[in-house]
Amino acid sequence: MDNKSGMTIIVKTITRITVPTIILYGCYIIFHGHLTPGGGFAGGVIIALALLNVMIAFGRKFTNNWLNINFLEKLESISATLFLILGILGFLISSAFLFNFINHGELFRLLSAGTIPVLNIIIGIEVAMSLFLVVWVLAGLKLDKGEEL
Amino acid sequence: MPIETWLIFILSFMIIGSIVALEIKDILSAVIAVGVVGLGVSISFIFLQAPDLAIVQFLFEIFALIIMVRAFVKKDYHQEEPSKANKILIGITIITLLAILYFAASVLNLLPQFGEPLMNTAQYYLNNGAADTGAANLVTSIILDYRAYDTLGEITVLFTAILGALTVLRIKSKSHR
Repeated sequence: MDNKSGMTIIVKTITRITVPTIILYGCYIIFHGHLTPGGGFAGGVIIALALLNVMIAFGRKFTNNWLNINFLEKLESISATLFLILGILGFLISSAFLFNFINHGELFRLLSAGTIPVLNIIIGIEVAMSLFLVVWVLAGLKLDKGEEL
Repeated sequence: MPIETWLIFILSFMIIGSIVALEIKDILSAVIAVGVVGLGVSISFIFLQAPDLAIVQFLFEIFALIIMVRAFVKKDYHQEEPSKANKILIGITIITLLAILYFAASVLNLLPQFGEPLMNTAQYYLNNGAADTGAANLVTSIILDYRAYDTLGEITVLFTAILGALTVLRIKSKSHR
């Protein structure tokens, strides 16, 4: 890894320590969406911000090598499709679109509430990937000096 | 009339609007035709009983229209001429605003009292939310069980917006290399 791109070595070292923790916290928010406040949207934004932290600290070139951007784009599309497939499954198994067809389980348990945790995970992936990708694309954009929007 | 008839009417209207947007030569008319399509989507959401989603779609459509008008319509396309009847215009504007204020004030009397909502669904959610869905967090049980259809629409709005941004900006950044 070259030390010239991105910010100083202090920022890079701290980023290397904190980013896994932030991603873990985002996963916690997503997985406990049906028990505590938060859920897919909030957790997805946290994960996206952790990835953006890496991009700001290490530079865009490092991020391009570290993450497979094409895979992230596919992950975004796949998660949006999975939401729809889950809805159609609810329609096929039971009466209504997006029906909660898995067994509800016991209240306050991690594995409860049927399809709600699954949908939370799907929404988390979708929001994280889309918010990261849009900033990634904007960072790679080079506008001419005299050009208006 | 049943909802399906209205939906078919709006959908055919939207298809005609998109064909007009593709075929017409004038760029401002094409942008406005695209706006008609988006507003049709918003109205059909209202008919499908997803009001939150209709609001999101409506705001997003206005936002997109502003950006498209700003980006695609040239500056010298519509030159504003210095108006001679400025005082008359200001008078008409003030009178119209006063009339709107008067009617808005008369509508205020028709609103229900503060703290007494028209719909009683919130109380049902509070009473039966945990038993129906098995989720301890009531907000999650509403957005992902009772109103999961709305959430699907929100995801679709987000997905489509990011898809458009990726496509447009990628083409632009490639052409600069």
